[in-house]
Amino acid sequence: MLRRQLLHFGAFTLGGLPVSLVRAQGGAQKELVVVMLRGAVDGLSVVAPYGEREYAASRPQIALPPPGAEDGLIKLDSLFGLHPSLSPLKRHWDSGQLAFVHASGSPDPTRSHFDAQDYFESGTPGRKSTPDGWLNRLLSTLPGEPAPTRAIAQGSTPPRIFAGTASVASLGLGPNAMQRRAIDNPQMQAGLAKLYAGDAQLSSTLRDTTEGRGEMAKSMASGMASGMAPGERSMDPSADAGAPSARSFAADARRLGTLIRKDAHTQLAFTAVGGWDTHVNQGASRGQLANRLASLGEGLDALSLGLGDALKDTVIVVVSEFGRTLRQNGNGGTDHGRGNVMWLLGGPVAGGQVLGEWPGLDKPALADGRDLAVATDFRQVLSPLLQRHLGLSEAALAVVFPQAPQTWRYADKLTRA
Amino acid sequence: MNKNRRVILGSAAALMGMAMLTRRSQAATGPALSADERALHALNRLGYGPRPADAAAMAEQGADKWLERFLTEQLEPRRLPQPAALSERLAGLEVLKLSQGELLARYREAVKAAREARREQAKGETPSADALNAVREKVRPLVQQAATARLARGLQSPAQLEEVLTEFWFNHFNVFAGKGPVGVLLADYEQHAIRPHVLGRFRDMLGATARHPAMLVYLDNAQSVAPGTARPGAERRSGLNENYARELMELHTLGVDGGYTQRDVTELARMLTGWGVDQRAKSGEAFEFNARRHDSGGKTWLGQAVPGAGQSEGVRALDVLAAHPATARHLATKFAQAFVADDPPASLVNKLADNFLATGGDLREFTRTLIRADEFWSREAYQAKFKTPYQYLLSSLRALDLPLNNPQPLQQALAQAGQPLYGAATPDGYKNTAAAWRNPEALTQRVQLATTLGQRSGVSPERLSNTLGAALSEPTRRTLAAEPVGQQVALLLASPDFMKR
Repeated sequence: MLRRQLLHFGAFTLGGLPVSLVRAQGGAQKELVVVMLRGAVDGLSVVAPYGEREYAASRPQIALPPPGAEDGLIKLDSLFGLHPSLSPLKRHWDSGQLAFVHASGSPDPTRSHFDAQDYFESGTPGRKSTPDGWLNRLLSTLPGEPAPTRAIAQGSTPPRIFAGTASVASLGLGPNAMQRRAIDNPQMQAGLAKLYAGDAQLSSTLRDTTEGRGEMAKSMASGMASGMAPGERSMDPSADAGAPSARSFAADARRLGTLIRKDAHTQLAFTAVGGWDTHVNQGASRGQLANRLASLGEGLDALSLGLGDALKDTVIVVVSEFGRTLRQNGNGGTDHGRGNVMWLLGGPVAGGQVLGEWPGLDKPALADGRDLAVATDFRQVLSPLLQRHLGLSEAALAVVFPQAPQTWRYADKLTRA
Repeated sequence: MNKNRRVILGSAAALMGMAMLTRRSQAATGPALSADERALHALNRLGYGPRPADAAAMAEQGADKWLERFLTEQLEPRRLPQPAALSERLAGLEVLKLSQGELLARYREAVKAAREARREQAKGETPSADALNAVREKVRPLVQQAATARLARGLQSPAQLEEVLTEFWFNHFNVFAGKGPVGVLLADYEQHAIRPHVLGRFRDMLGATARHPAMLVYLDNAQSVAPGTARPGAERRSGLNENYARELMELHTLGVDGGYTQRDVTELARMLTGWGVDQRAKSGEAFEFNARRHDSGGKTWLGQAVPGAGQSEGVRALDVLAAHPATARHLATKFAQAFVADDPPASLVNKLADNFLATGGDLREFTRTLIRADEFWSREAYQAKFKTPYQYLLSSLRALDLPLNNPQPLQQALAQAGQPLYGAATPDGYKNTAAAWRNPEALTQRVQLATTLGQRSGVSPERLSNTLGAALSEPTRRTLAAEPVGQQVALLLASPDFMKR
């Protein structure tokens, strides 16, 4: 009880200033948001290597037209272009807050969605027995004080990446996610606490629930009058009520961003978006994948709007379990491949560049003669972020990513000094 | 028939003896289950939990007798009479009567209507919203009906084991309502490819799913054709799609560590080319083997040369996969995890895998092996499984004896909880472990559901605790007695004893 009161005290008053102001002035708090694209997004369409001859040749129906052509790619440099559906992110590229690491992924060659997702989330490719997820290990080793809302998992089911001993708050999906529920009634909480006294796991879930919900409700209520980010009113989350999932990601992402901005304790967050397994009719500038990317781009932009000022201290990492085949298959789609692209968005990111070794698309350079190779291990990208952005020590990093590969040669170029 | 029945009764008696033996021999790992606990354990694991009528029957017959009879009946579900109310409800569902051909025709009509509406719109006319959304409007009621059938059976069918097994095997061979015509085919898939085989042969279920248009469409095999073959009428060259071949080995049979390579995936995909859907089927089954789409070249698969042999290449592949030791192991692990413990005892997995191989994949024997195993009746296994949202919902409705009036709010509750019925988009279906479901968001929703249902049902706390009987521990009963009466039903449903099964 004492712990809870202290936390509430800390969250609420901190010298009598509203939380959002403390954050704005202090600016010391650093955040990491991981967005996972489950189902293996086609990285060769997200950041397309239009400068490679093999790119268009391997994808007669689904290659994106080069920059300048009708419905063409958004030019990033002389080799790469961004999918035209991701135009909402162009401003972040131009302002130097958006970077990509191409030909990245896991060293484990599995083409199983489920194994590959598991390896990414456990942070231990090739090892299935790892009981916890790397974001939970990060939470346990992160410098600073623990708090119920220091980490937030968005969604109705607990993600593998947050599995572990440290407490994680959860934020539901949809416009009612923050509504008052039966469990917020103190009498109900007291009854449940007694009932769960003999069950360690349910007790701890209950504690995470009540503390997390209490903190989130207060944070969302704080600064309602003054703490609006620019453009906050322009997208009312309730306008998305009952909308299909592709549309609602934007509203959910914005809610998450707002919560991170308003809650002085939140440092780590995770959310996932599905529907990328485009085996059939994936389309090019228009079509299935283009539609999904448009909602994703809109969602990431909404997340950045929700974060508002906090974006300058936040790194958003977008990843997928593996890439897709270079060649289109028999159905205008792509099958499971290897290398993909990682996206990095936020103030601390040294944006405006596509980083990493580019192995190329010539046959000998392809993994198994068919897929973009993995030239950069995902942990080589995340490790410098954890160290430089979140201030993780060498020893703590070894806990988060045991047996991580060597330091990446682009590590210095990833974040701003 | 008579002899058969004696055998079954005999095995049930043997099973009871086994449970008694277990009681004596497992002192080291906690006290053996009482007769009442065993009866409720069976109903919670091999069904969706007790209704008031079950509690009354247990009290009347005595728990041991009740259990013996329950186990015997559950392995022979066809002998159990269906309640009239359930029969009537199912009889009113059109989706269960239409053939695959008819269902696909409905879908095609909807696609055509929507296309025409869009064309009108492009010409500046204003077609009705119904026409524009024709696909959704036609698919949704049929998915609704499939969900109604599933929920009604789960709540009311006396063949509870069949329901639980149908949920398990459907999930094992998952298809997703949201992909193309799969939504209209779901009910047929469950009714004809899954349900008849849950106590039959695994090979038959595997074959039925492989031929079913829902699976052929969901995992894209219907579109996979020999590389370089032109699809009739298609402008673009067509080729191989390895989606189904991969999941067939990874999820349906061998398991991801079953010892196959990327090459094996591609070769199996070639062997399965031509397995597709007859789009002109007007009635009956819509499966077709189209030899023109089949890759007739030789293949090497799992280390064996496979000469070109048309459809029988795929049939033989299914034979090999269904009889493979890796499949036995994969299924045994998954089954033991679903029915005994998140981290199932190796001894049980071995028993199940051995039985699967010895019986050639007889799922009645497989299930019987589970029910006979000491591990199933152990104290460690008792209330060791955290309910999934689906199990939590059904067991709540049964315990409160609520009728299935309007299934829509129930489906919404499942969707909100992250387990929409027929809504698992990925082929691995839903997980059944605590790690997948126990979190603050789930707890929030369960307490909400418990509160809402408690208020709506008007059931008294005494009646509910009477129904749950031995499933409620003494500490839970004592704690509840001290709580405000108005909150007791919600707390009962949110108790650790009821969150788990």
